[in-house]
Amino acid sequence: MLDDFFIRALLAGLGIAFVTGPLGCFVIWRRLSYFGDTLAHSALLGVTLAYTMEFNIAISVFIISSCIALILIQLQKRTNLPGDALLGLLAHSSLAVGLVVIGFLTFIRFDIMGLLFGDILAVTADDLLIIWIGGPLMLIVLKLIWKPLFASTVNYELAEAEGLNPDRAKAIFTILMAGIIAISIKMVGLLLITGMLIIPAAMARNISSSPQSMVIYSILGGLLSVILGLFTSLQFNTSSGPSIIAASLFLFILSLVKIKQSIKLKN
Amino acid sequence: MSLNQNILVKLKQAGFRINGKWLVKGVSLQIEKGKIVTLIGPNGSGKSTTAKIALGIYKKIDGEVEKYTNKVGYVPQKISIDWTLPLRVNDFMVLTENLKEDAINEALSLTGVIHLKDKNLGDLSGGEFQRVLLARAISKRPDLLVLDEPVQGVDFTGEIALYELIKKISDELNCGILLISHDLHTVMSATDHVVCLNGHVCCSGSPLDVAKNNEYKALFGEQASQILTRYEHSHDHIHTNEGEIKKN
Repeated sequence: MLDDFFIRALLAGLGIAFVTGPLGCFVIWRRLSYFGDTLAHSALLGVTLAYTMEFNIAISVFIISSCIALILIQLQKRTNLPGDALLGLLAHSSLAVGLVVIGFLTFIRFDIMGLLFGDILAVTADDLLIIWIGGPLMLIVLKLIWKPLFASTVNYELAEAEGLNPDRAKAIFTILMAGIIAISIKMVGLLLITGMLIIPAAMARNISSSPQSMVIYSILGGLLSVILGLFTSLQFNTSSGPSIIAASLFLFILSLVKIKQSIKLKN
Repeated sequence: MSLNQNILVKLKQAGFRINGKWLVKGVSLQIEKGKIVTLIGPNGSGKSTTAKIALGIYKKIDGEVEKYTNKVGYVPQKISIDWTLPLRVNDFMVLTENLKEDAINEALSLTGVIHLKDKNLGDLSGGEFQRVLLARAISKRPDLLVLDEPVQGVDFTGEIALYELIKKISDELNCGILLISHDLHTVMSATDHVVCLNGHVCCSGSPLDVAKNNEYKALFGEQASQILTRYEHSHDHIHTNEGEIKKN
């Protein structure tokens, strides 16, 4: 059954959605969507590296994204540039360098569209293995750092004062972000990974009243988007990434209807 | 451990500066189990900074901090909560520690906000939120409580009740309390040790000692000194309609 490309894509997408659900919530809470974009853009470099060295794409993307995250932290400490400027600098320069490198690698045929927007045909049995081992592992790590990460998201000083070590939790979370980008790049494509993180979580925010329920709805929204998106992709021969994101947008719009019914003004 | 097992935090000539500007300098104080230490001083005198030094929030400090406990409850002076978070009072109570339902209910009842348990944090009034903050800090039964103007925005009767509660907590839990307060009556009636700050320690000691101190008089005026010595009879501040304290 795993031989069928569609079943593989479905299993991969569902595995990814379990992880993007909770991570996406933190991306929204901590306002990290541009940070997610930066890591995703840098993933192109990781992909080219993987092709040149004949290495696994997920692993090399993970390494490159982690490096970019480290560079960002160093730049934040050493320059006076605002955070978004640094993110833009890293995002576009790493994307540009990635594309330039691709230009040099004339001996390899690249499917640029597949890289940018995802390709369900590309998911191999090895990728499935990485997703279904890496994914649960990432969820376990997130569960372990949940308390300090969430507490410092609410208020850094409270978490620090009451001995939760928020800096360590933040560093681990950054690695998890690199990890999710690495395992979802083939499926969703590097331009749309952030969408996969934030749109289901944004949908969940509209209909939840506690952090836990937001995480659960976000996972459910992601799973549903993957199923809807992949069937659409199969039916109409569209790219997998855009189809999944469009499906999640559809769910987001549905959640707005729910808010309209029980509108509550927040100050 | 220290020689004195009762010491929870000890500051030795501690100071903190940002970009070469001292926020506070040369503060020495210690907080012991069951004792209330109060920081007083004008705005910008380094009270909150001193509290953050004691809590270990500021790391690059001058001098030394010795902290002998990790069971800390903190009520910050300012807290901004991002409303992109769906957060109910109940979720906020377990923010830094997993508490049993009973402990949550007890703390919320003590500060008089048990009825708000399932409300969204963003829907609370300033005074209600302040009570929730205090409940959260005491619910984990800490060894050390750091309360930075814990009753700001609380109505007049509530303010007295909460200060009584703070005193009671210090006795019952035998925890040490570092209190920052502008209410000199409270400082006088409930405090074991007063530290008067003005960028540095201008004087410290028992409330009565501090009231007699000339530097204190210079800082707060002769009238405030009388308030501290005869605190039952005078007022040093005005209560506005919102229950805010307007300090002199």
